[in-house]
Amino acid sequence: MTNDDIEFAQNRLELISFRIGEQEYCVDIMAVREIRGWAAATPLPQSPPYVRGVINLRGAVLPIIDLANRLGFGVTEPDARHVIIVVRIGGRVVGLLVDAVSEILTTTADAIQPTPDVACDAVKRFVKGILAVEGRMISWIVLDQILPDQSLEEAA
Amino acid sequence: MDPMDAIKVTFFQECDEQLGELEAGLMALEEGTGDRETVNAVFRAVHSVKGGAGAFGFEDLVKFSHTFETVLDLMRSDKLAIEPDVLHVMLRASDVLADLVHAARDGGTVDQDRCAALMEELEHLALGDSAAPAPAPVAAVTSAPASPDAEPEPDEWGFVPLRISIDDVPLLDEPAAPASDEEIWKVTFTPRPALYAKGSDATILLRELAILGECDVAVDDSLVPSLDAMDVNASYLSWTCFLNSDKDEAAIREIFEFVEGDCDLIVERIVVSTPAPITAPMPVIEPIAPPPVAIVAPAPTAKPTAAPPRAAPAASKAAPAAAASGDGEGKAAANATIRVDLERVDRLIDLVGELVINQAMLAQRVAETGVVRSSNVAMGLDELEQLTRELQDSVMAIRAQPVKSVFQRMPRLVREIATATNKQVRLVMDGEGTEVDKTVIERLSDPITHMLRNAVDHGLETTQERIDAGKAAEGTIRLAALHRSGRIVIEVSDDGRGINRERVKAKAIEKGLIAADLNMTDEEIDNIIFLPGFSTASAISDISGRGVGMDVVKRSIQALGGRISINSNPGKGSTFTLSLPLTLAVLDGMVVSAAEQTLIAPLTTIIETLQPKPGEVRRLGPNRTVIAVRDAFVPLVDVGVALGFRKESAQPDSGVVLLVESEGGGRAALLVDDIQGQRQVVIKSLEANYQRVEGVAAATILGDGRVALILDVDGLIAQRVSETRAETQLAKAG
Repeated sequence: MTNDDIEFAQNRLELISFRIGEQEYCVDIMAVREIRGWAAATPLPQSPPYVRGVINLRGAVLPIIDLANRLGFGVTEPDARHVIIVVRIGGRVVGLLVDAVSEILTTTADAIQPTPDVACDAVKRFVKGILAVEGRMISWIVLDQILPDQSLEEAA
Repeated sequence: MDPMDAIKVTFFQECDEQLGELEAGLMALEEGTGDRETVNAVFRAVHSVKGGAGAFGFEDLVKFSHTFETVLDLMRSDKLAIEPDVLHVMLRASDVLADLVHAARDGGTVDQDRCAALMEELEHLALGDSAAPAPAPVAAVTSAPASPDAEPEPDEWGFVPLRISIDDVPLLDEPAAPASDEEIWKVTFTPRPALYAKGSDATILLRELAILGECDVAVDDSLVPSLDAMDVNASYLSWTCFLNSDKDEAAIREIFEFVEGDCDLIVERIVVSTPAPITAPMPVIEPIAPPPVAIVAPAPTAKPTAAPPRAAPAASKAAPAAAASGDGEGKAAANATIRVDLERVDRLIDLVGELVINQAMLAQRVAETGVVRSSNVAMGLDELEQLTRELQDSVMAIRAQPVKSVFQRMPRLVREIATATNKQVRLVMDGEGTEVDKTVIERLSDPITHMLRNAVDHGLETTQERIDAGKAAEGTIRLAALHRSGRIVIEVSDDGRGINRERVKAKAIEKGLIAADLNMTDEEIDNIIFLPGFSTASAISDISGRGVGMDVVKRSIQALGGRISINSNPGKGSTFTLSLPLTLAVLDGMVVSAAEQTLIAPLTTIIETLQPKPGEVRRLGPNRTVIAVRDAFVPLVDVGVALGFRKESAQPDSGVVLLVESEGGGRAALLVDDIQGQRQVVIKSLEANYQRVEGVAAATILGDGRVALILDVDGLIAQRVSETRAETQLAKAG
């Protein structure tokens, strides 16, 4: 094993990439619990538009976040082709509504470039870096702040 | 887990139990309901704590419990009278002991001054009141006077012999003990000198044999010569074993496989009818090697009459050993309770919850296929439903616990507040055995603590005021728990001054909490104390906090799906009544629909349902409506609008109205589109994966697998009601 290999193993990062409209995004595979088809969600009152509601995942009540809307796109009108990526954020399990899941990427932390300064606030808040793969641009989303910030909302 | 840590965990669990016993015992003595046995129990509790603490090297704990024990011992031997003053010191000492235990467990520190002060008081008791001229505290313990009853005495290491029930172990003098006509193995084992020469040990073989089942071993020493004639290389002993095991002969012979040629072994199946196999006088056990298990150890003199009492404890050891070997025959079943990880129980409850949902889903799917109700499938499903229900009830019962675990912490709290406020308080507790789900129990502690604090601090007058008012100098606070119509009710009542309504109202107006010209009933005024930011205490006290008291209590109770109400009688006292569901896992709900959403309204909040007639619903101002219910106007809340599912209110006379009661007893009406039925639903938290949502108490999963929201009726109407109240009063007047 060469030094490069060792370094690669240490920095190794596995990501799941998915599409929102024409753009590609990805999240750390370690956070992903499962991927499932879209099921109608029960809307929640007094919630931001990007919270689609809650679904039943084998007895647990799971909030569904419309990731496109969270990133500043319009509200998604989900149909049977849409996909929910079930992720764990802290102690919570949350579903992310996306257009389609594409592939699993293996890369290293070094390969991730910083987000360019042109991005709007919503994007800068969630996109922690950009990955170039075979001429495609894939934005790496960090999930910590995906859920509504309760403390802020309570203060408001 | 490290085995030592596991033992420590058990020790602290037991400590908590002992501390509870200790306090309960001392209080019983204080009330005069205790007897000799109570004193013994109290002594035992402290003694066990000391014993365990010594084993783990908790020096402070040992030192304190030792002094405490010394005083208790004096009491036990009648050298110290059971007097209120003494008991007061002891009760406070029990508080310090609890602190020390918790400090030892959590690694915290204790108030050294307080600890030292009480040590001194205890030592004073030990010296001052002792009949014997100043026996050193230590001497009092080591001399350990025999108590009148057969209480096991601690040995010099501080361990008390534990009584073990041996009811189901056959005793030698109990001929009926073994079932008659049992087939058992008789193994006669006579080692030859070669066996010992090769380094084998008869004891080990016998121990192996005992693992196969219940085993009684008798040694035959008739061949042992006198000492001068003894050959060190010879073998004089042989053993006869009566083995009650379902293993076959091969399994028994297997044990002796390695010594096959070096011993005489006879294995035979014999039928024993009553009496027990070992009725013959017991021969002497081999003195050099008493095997630790299942070998009946008779008196060395082979006097048959002396054998049974000695044999009993030894035989009782056989039971756990057999059970531990995995071949136990239920001998360990003597234990009535087991300790189970709460996590496992919770997992079980979750699973059963999912089963209930699945069962409902299945039933709905089958019904959709148009199966006739009398068909086998439908009937089978009905039975399944019943079984599921029963299973759920049984599982919930596992987690039900008496409220005692919360109540027993309260006397100490009251004592401390009483001391801090310089009041004399007596706490009377009732219904400690009332059972409620563990999840509820955990959340009872804070509200009760708060209410008791309030009762002592605000409810009771000072001693002087009480005397002036012609009351007993000692105030009484009653803490009671009872079951009422499927809920648990906790009452905290005091015989203090009651709520001063004038003052409360003035204060509320001054703080801008209510309008000055508002016409309020007594009940409404009493409920002001639940408003956030209200506090009548002119000076901020350490005890009841900074006016965060009762509104916090109310909110935490509401979060549990409970209600709190107050009943005050000026000059005579107040009663806070808290009513909570017995479980937080299931709820009886009414399934309703509003704006195409299916929602659940908790059944307990609904007083009645009605179909509004045209003209009963009146508009008030631009966007308020009220409904006339038997000549009273009740604010009407459109659930669909309140939750933001639709903008425009529905036509009221096309929907159904749920008349609900809110916390303060005020009524409100909820407008929904339709009622679908009633059912028990499993409560699923929204906060677990998301966050709290205004107007929604929790969620549940319906028969079709979809999530439905459970309405937080109070949260939904609270805001609207307060906004509408003034307008309603106008309507009444007009």
